[in-house]
Amino acid sequence: MLVGHLAPLAFGLAVIGSAIGVGLVVGKTIESVARQPELAGRLQTLMWIGIALTEALCFIAIGVAFIPFP
Amino acid sequence: MLFVGTPFELNRVLLIRLLAVAVIIAILWIGSSRLKVIPTRAQAAWEFVFDFVRRGVVIETLGEKDGRRFMPILVTIFFATLAMNLTGIIPGLQIASTGLIGQAIIMAIVAYVTFIYAGIRKHGVGRFFKNSLILPGVPAPIMPVIAVLEGLSTFIIRPVTLTLRLTMNMVAGHMLLVLCFLATDFFFFTVLADGNLLGLLGAGTLAFGIAFTVLELFVAALQAYIFTILTAIYIQMALADEH
Repeated sequence: MLVGHLAPLAFGLAVIGSAIGVGLVVGKTIESVARQPELAGRLQTLMWIGIALTEALCFIAIGVAFIPFP
Repeated sequence: MLFVGTPFELNRVLLIRLLAVAVIIAILWIGSSRLKVIPTRAQAAWEFVFDFVRRGVVIETLGEKDGRRFMPILVTIFFATLAMNLTGIIPGLQIASTGLIGQAIIMAIVAYVTFIYAGIRKHGVGRFFKNSLILPGVPAPIMPVIAVLEGLSTFIIRPVTLTLRLTMNMVAGHMLLVLCFLATDFFFFTVLADGNLLGLLGAGTLAFGIAFTVLELFVAALQAYIFTILTAIYIQMALADEH
């Protein structure tokens, strides 16, 4: 019989989504900078905000493991 | 462990933190006490890092005027985070002192208080909360939902993610290094010592351990950069008139 925690598995599932999200954000930013290099600074700021929001989901997934469900 | 049983009990991570603080103070002190117009090689390297934080992070996000106001706190956050992250890969110390959550919580609280202070100072209490909760152009019926979500994202999720991002990155990096070097130890001194040639796999895990050490060097700098730029962006969003 297999014994262990399900939490790491659930976290792995949660990370798939935010990894795709971060990939999209960074990829699109690179595309836009390639089109309009003079906007690089502004786009980079927006990129960090986007990454912070997307990454928040996977940190919430870490946090859920610490919530004491009855 | 030092001073066991007193309120000043110190464990390994706390000692490493104190050491990191002492080193960063010494470097900044010595570096700033002998400035020359024509920089020596050390001074040039030091000025390069400072210039990167000043221009690349702070002024780029906040602009010249506000950048100067919040320069001290952002530069402090950057160097403190960098020094404490770097202890994770220095041989003999080998644990990132930001890897325990207390340090990250303190720095996230500093960032949190700073951006709320910046917003309240600029707009006053009422307008700051109105600006950060109510987005322009949202239809009236769904306004309360959006306001609750915005409040959650701005005032709860921001500091929590700042904390967890830093800590979890450092913990994960530490675990990777521990796994690689423990596996190397096991393969060389247990498996190979028994005469089993499978122990030669240890060479592979050693190579991976060294590669991950270099990766951790990169991650340490990246996390310090991200923490600083996110704090700067949060301050900038609090200062912005409308968004």
